[in-house]
Amino acid sequence: MTVVQLPLTRHLVDFGRALREHGLLVGPSEVIDAASAAEALGLQDRERLRAGLAAALLRRSGERRVFDEIFDVYFPSAVGDPTELITPPTLLDADERREHAAMLRDQLAAALASNDTAALQRLAEQSLVDLGRLPNEASAGAFSAAQALDTLAPQTSLAAALQAGTGTDGPLFTAAFRRDELRSRIGEFRAAVESAARRRNAEVRGRQRISRYAVRPSTDRTLFILAGPQELAELRATIGPLARKLATRLAAKRRRRNRGQIDLRNTLRRSLATGGIPVRPAYRIRPPHKPDLVVLADFSSSVAGFSRFTILLMQALQAQFNKVRIIGFVNVCSDLTELFASAPPGSDLTEEIRDVREMTRWHRNSDYGSALADFVDNHLDAVTPRSTVLILGDARSNHTDPRIDALRVIRDRARTVIWLNPEPARSWGSGDSETAVYGQVVEMHECATIAHLRQVVSRLLPV
Amino acid sequence: MSVETVQEDLAGSGYLASDAIATTVFLAEQLGKPLLVEGPAGVGKTELAKAVARARGARLIRLQCYEGVDEARALYEWNHAKQLLRITAERAAGESASGSSGADGDSGWASVRDDIFTDEFLLARPLLAAIRSEEPVVLLIDELDKADVEIEGLLLEVLSDFAITVPELGTIEATHTPFVVVTSNATRELSEALRRRCLFLHIDYPSPELEQQIVEAAVPDLPSALAESVVRLVARLRELPLRKSPSISETIDWARTLLALGASDLSPEIVRDNLGVLLKHRDDIERAAASLDIH
Ligand SMILES: Nc1ncnc2c1ncn2[C@@H]1O[C@H](COP(=O)(O)OP(=O)(O)OP(=O)(O)O)[C@@H](O)[C@H]1O
Ligand SMILES: [Mg+2]
Repeated sequence: MTVVQLPLTRHLVDFGRALREHGLLVGPSEVIDAASAAEALGLQDRERLRAGLAAALLRRSGERRVFDEIFDVYFPSAVGDPTELITPPTLLDADERREHAAMLRDQLAAALASNDTAALQRLAEQSLVDLGRLPNEASAGAFSAAQALDTLAPQTSLAAALQAGTGTDGPLFTAAFRRDELRSRIGEFRAAVESAARRRNAEVRGRQRISRYAVRPSTDRTLFILAGPQELAELRATIGPLARKLATRLAAKRRRRNRGQIDLRNTLRRSLATGGIPVRPAYRIRPPHKPDLVVLADFSSSVAGFSRFTILLMQALQAQFNKVRIIGFVNVCSDLTELFASAPPGSDLTEEIRDVREMTRWHRNSDYGSALADFVDNHLDAVTPRSTVLILGDARSNHTDPRIDALRVIRDRARTVIWLNPEPARSWGSGDSETAVYGQVVEMHECATIAHLRQVVSRLLPV
Repeated sequence: MSVETVQEDLAGSGYLASDAIATTVFLAEQLGKPLLVEGPAGVGKTELAKAVARARGARLIRLQCYEGVDEARALYEWNHAKQLLRITAERAAGESASGSSGADGDSGWASVRDDIFTDEFLLARPLLAAIRSEEPVVLLIDELDKADVEIEGLLLEVLSDFAITVPELGTIEATHTPFVVVTSNATRELSEALRRRCLFLHIDYPSPELEQQIVEAAVPDLPSALAESVVRLVARLRELPLRKSPSISETIDWARTLLALGASDLSPEIVRDNLGVLLKHRDDIERAAASLDIH
């Protein structure tokens, strides 16, 4: 790894800073641990260095992808040094490029079929260099993974790989899922091309810039509305534990107020300090009670991106509460509990929810006032003094009557009402936003990223 | 010591560690830091701690966490039954000696108190036992996420100073730094303070190559080709959105089942009839059957 020319510690400090810019909590003590790790391991084996630095610098699994991408930029492998690649004369005309791509595709099919990881890695580098070089002068020396992948179209190698590889499986049952295996390998190949692009561009444009702009933000910081399919999978993994924490926090709030019978064993133990006389009796704590949850969620188009998060959160919360009622609305309410309960975990409900007609009446625009009033008229029985009501929405009500009285009714009946608003707090109150009105009645929190959600959960009950 | 020797030592104790796992264990030993291990159920988090103990010839002390585990179960407890007996015995002895317990009652209590808050009456629970141990120790704090947050406060002192303060006795320091493994299934978030003190290791499902080695080591009579098919099938199932993905131990169980059935190959019938070994929920089984087209 010849690229690490700076003294190692300086380099690790820079690496730590790049991680921090992506929201990872990397402080001086982590960097010191990282330096000890690097010293103990040496720099010869890149994957071991990666594992060692990850052990010292990471705190949770969700940070791993960002870590890996930045690691690739700061500790580039020597694999795929341009001199090792057979680079054809610059491919200028489109026919030449197409022909060259076809050749690479054949090689890719063969490598996929035999699952030759070394060859796949080399092909990823080669494809990027041959097909991803950006043409204009200003970007001299820079590469685009998207351009390379568009030209190469690696997914089209699947059929050829499938044919080439049947030899070992023959009529065996495993042949049935060979297609899926190849599809995953193609996904890995794409990631390898992207990683090669980050690394090469870092050499040309400087590490700091690339790590800042070319690395996708960690799931923690991704705006829910911008989450792509890959981020969604990560979101799902992160939301699960948070939902559980939310549930325990809500249960703990209750537990504190709940003293039960005398605990004989502990009373005796305490009495030792007073010569055997039980001066301070100890109480048995009642088992935590799972509270009920009522979710009232805006599914209108202004929060369309947010609703994917809403759905994930509700799927995750469902298992954590005694009773969950899920009410969706645009301008009237519809009970979606059954829809959520019957769907397998992890399934995508976006389509199903879009098809629920009962959430709108007269028009398709959101109207918080009539939705709240409709809730009070038709669903108030779902709310008891044991219920936590979670409202999810941007409080943009198209200048209709906010019906603050309806929200008050709900608040007075429930144990707690918490409003999560996906809009950045700085634009609250502008235009048709009713945040100021509703915010007077219930707690409203900004919730546009996982980091926000984490904050909300920890603020609900500071331990 | 090197990463290779760690890997060999673990293999010698029956644990086939990936390069990343071996590297992290090596570092935890070198830096003397606790190891926080997260990952899905059944990927070998608990087994790793046990294997380190076997490999190092160390005693394994385990604190199994659960909701409601408290100081008395984790740290130490005074044996109050025995203490009360001693108090009663002393009182009886005092009364028969002086005829009455009146005049020197106060100083009598003071001496009794000095007497009953001694080692003799202290019940060491896992954390104290690990700190006080004369021999090398691997301390496994298993499934910490199941315990209440309060227990983490207790752990912080233990994990950063390797010392425990018992008010009546003073501070007890460790003679050997124990090798500490904390595991979590992430059913709740552990505190930042705790995470900061540990090296972090996420164990995921192993690569197919490694899992095949694990299966072959556990079920040596299984033909290698069948082991490969088993591992490939399991890898596919793990990509489906299931309630519970099959773990390593389920892969091993499935391999044993196939061996017992005398199967020489995976067939749709065999897979369909025995999916229940791999998957525990009915809807998972249905989903897998549908996706593998073996309904
Ligand atoms: N690397 C490995 N080498 C050998 N056997 C392994 C390995 N990993 C896992 N196993 C096997 O898998 C079984 C399950 O592992 P273990 O109980 O440690 O999982 P776990 O991660 O602690 O799961 P849980 O989260 O459910 O507690 C072990 O008993 C062992 O047989
Ligand atoms: Mg375990």
